Amino acid sequence: MARKTPRRPARQPSRSNRARVGPLRGRLSDVPALKVDELIANRDISIMVCCGSGGVGKTTTSASIALRAAEQGRRVVVLTIDPARRLAQSMGLSELDNDPKPVSGVDESNGGRLDAMMLDMKRTFDEVVESHASPEKSSQILANPFYQALSSSFAGTQEYMAMEKLGQLHAEALGSGRWDLIVVDTPPSRSALDFLDAPERLSSFLDGRLIRLLLAPARGPARFLSVGVSAVTSTISKVLGGQMLRDVQTFVAAFDTLFGGFRSRADKTYQILKDPQTAFLVVASPDADALREAAFFVERLAEDHMPLAGLVLNRVSPPVAQGLSAQTALAAAERLSEDDALTAALLRLHAERLDTIGRERSLRRRFAAAHPTVATVTIAALATDVHDLSSLRSVGALAAA
Amino acid sequence: MTTDARRRSPVRLHVVSGKGGTGKTTVAAALALALASGGKRVLLCEVEGRQGIASLFDVAPLPYAERRIAVGSDGGEVSALAIDTEAALLEYLAMFYHLGRAGKLLDRFGVIDFATTVAPGVRDVLLIGKVYEATRRSERGRSAYDAVVLDAPPTGRIGRFLNVNTEVAGIAKTGPIRRQASSIMQLLTSDKTRVHLVTSLEEMAVQETLDALDELTRLRLGLGVVIVNAVTEPHLPGEAIDEAATGQLDEARVAASLKEAGVGADASVVAGLIAVGAEHAVRIRLQEEQRNRLEGIRPAVVELPALNEGVDLGGLYELAHELRESQEF
Repeated sequence: MARKTPRRPARQPSRSNRARVGPLRGRLSDVPALKVDELIANRDISIMVCCGSGGVGKTTTSASIALRAAEQGRRVVVLTIDPARRLAQSMGLSELDNDPKPVSGVDESNGGRLDAMMLDMKRTFDEVVESHASPEKSSQILANPFYQALSSSFAGTQEYMAMEKLGQLHAEALGSGRWDLIVVDTPPSRSALDFLDAPERLSSFLDGRLIRLLLAPARGPARFLSVGVSAVTSTISKVLGGQMLRDVQTFVAAFDTLFGGFRSRADKTYQILKDPQTAFLVVASPDADALREAAFFVERLAEDHMPLAGLVLNRVSPPVAQGLSAQTALAAAERLSEDDALTAALLRLHAERLDTIGRERSLRRRFAAAHPTVATVTIAALATDVHDLSSLRSVGALAAA
Repeated sequence: MTTDARRRSPVRLHVVSGKGGTGKTTVAAALALALASGGKRVLLCEVEGRQGIASLFDVAPLPYAERRIAVGSDGGEVSALAIDTEAALLEYLAMFYHLGRAGKLLDRFGVIDFATTVAPGVRDVLLIGKVYEATRRSERGRSAYDAVVLDAPPTGRIGRFLNVNTEVAGIAKTGPIRRQASSIMQLLTSDKTRVHLVTSLEEMAVQETLDALDELTRLRLGLGVVIVNAVTEPHLPGEAIDEAATGQLDEARVAASLKEAGVGADASVVAGLIAVGAEHAVRIRLQEEQRNRLEGIRPAVVELPALNEGVDLGGLYELAHELRESQEF
């Protein structure tokens, strides 16, 4: 379809026809190491963003890095954009709210601290409205049914509010010195990097013709009335129904003065994210799906010129004793299955683990072949679930090892 | 459920959600294969733009068109569709409003772009709208599909996703959007729709599952089955699990057995075997704890084994077989 309006560049690179560049063969020994402690010690870094597909231990990674940074003397706030109660769970807290709360049990002897918060998009939105519009106008907006649905129930609002909150935290960190490091835990899967698009989306709307059309009645009916406009208006009205269109128009008119501020703040935050003071960490687990998503994130960040610090590969199978091959183990298990079921079972587990390790290594090699410059740290899987500070501490230690 | 009961089962739309990383897409695909058995036609939809179905079935990225991607062993077939919001919107406008040219005009005014990428909420409305259309579609006097399986967003977003039309109905008091939103919610809250949740036996996944069950119940959405994926089978003999987990396995005995089996194993190999056994036992005990937490929940629980070789087409059929055997679908 021919498009006359300039469209934003495709938001997500196509997943289908991606040319791979770089050497065809990767050696794991050539993969540069991601040094988490150096990242933490680098005072020029003030924002770390963890992204990756769901279920790879992203929340655990952000929480454990934040905890480690705090215990090494950084003043840290960790922000999760995820609606589920993941961060709270992994930090052993019963609930978080929109204002960062100190995490107790953190060793603060090096002068650091750790605060945590979970994005409450409705409250963030309400606060923006209240602080940037006159009392009269803000109560008008807050009462608008369209605003209420938008601010509390619609997917997508979160991304705009994430940019808003990150900007607020950054400003507060600079202003009050309460924090010197912000760790951001992004939502899982598709929308993980959507917040990067927030400024561009707002701009495409604010600079587009639609908003003028929506504002037209408020600014005087005759102003933009061309044949095209009336055709579009009548079509939208036909699809939405007159009442809904009027509600939308009322909302947009009331919100008109706030949009600009949203855009400029989102733009500013976007620039901060591009700045070398930010470090993006892509988190993955050693399976084909998660590594494919990780490759997608790495490429997406490169396209936006976002500073990638490296890949955190979680839940890698821990190594086993050297000197006993899978074949030998299985053959011995066969011989022992009658006499000593226990030892036979141990041998089978050993062989199974070796298989898994081999499969994970080959997936990692493939990733490294396509992305040879991405610094990587692997974190061995823990046998237990991570749900308290001491296990977060162990994960942090593994990440820094 | 007997074959007769299955034929009578009113469920047409199977929504599959779960915590990220628990194998939601895999289970949705296996469920589609299972439902296709007996000559049924099943549509498998994805809405996250990840092309997860294509990589699972090892086919080229799916276009916005329903494509047959697998056949059942006895004549059934599974088609797949990756729903694209922009295409869905244009299709919707053309279908209900016959807006061929006006659609283009809307695009020129940035309305299409606004609706599909800028405006919060609209994406979900369009995605569900398309699933609704496919579920209700009839061809030559009968339903186009016997069942539709939706690989839905993860548990963290599932309530908001499925309930978006209630919100829409709240702001559109009258008119076509209102009618559409109401009929969609009617389908989603009827006995024709079931929401299945995929979990692993890990603490956070089980917690999210329990939270999601509460949320879905509150939203009056029909609960289906909780599918526990990737369950590790205990390898150690039952009595050895506790010993192994607490580090009480007898090294000398293991060393002696290895010697007997002709394996030249030094102390480090023995210690390594014991360690692998301990990790396995701890995992098994954790699984048991999490399994207990799922006891007493209202939906039926079905377990699927971990596929050690990774998931391929053969593995999918294996899981489909397990799902069919469970007789819960």
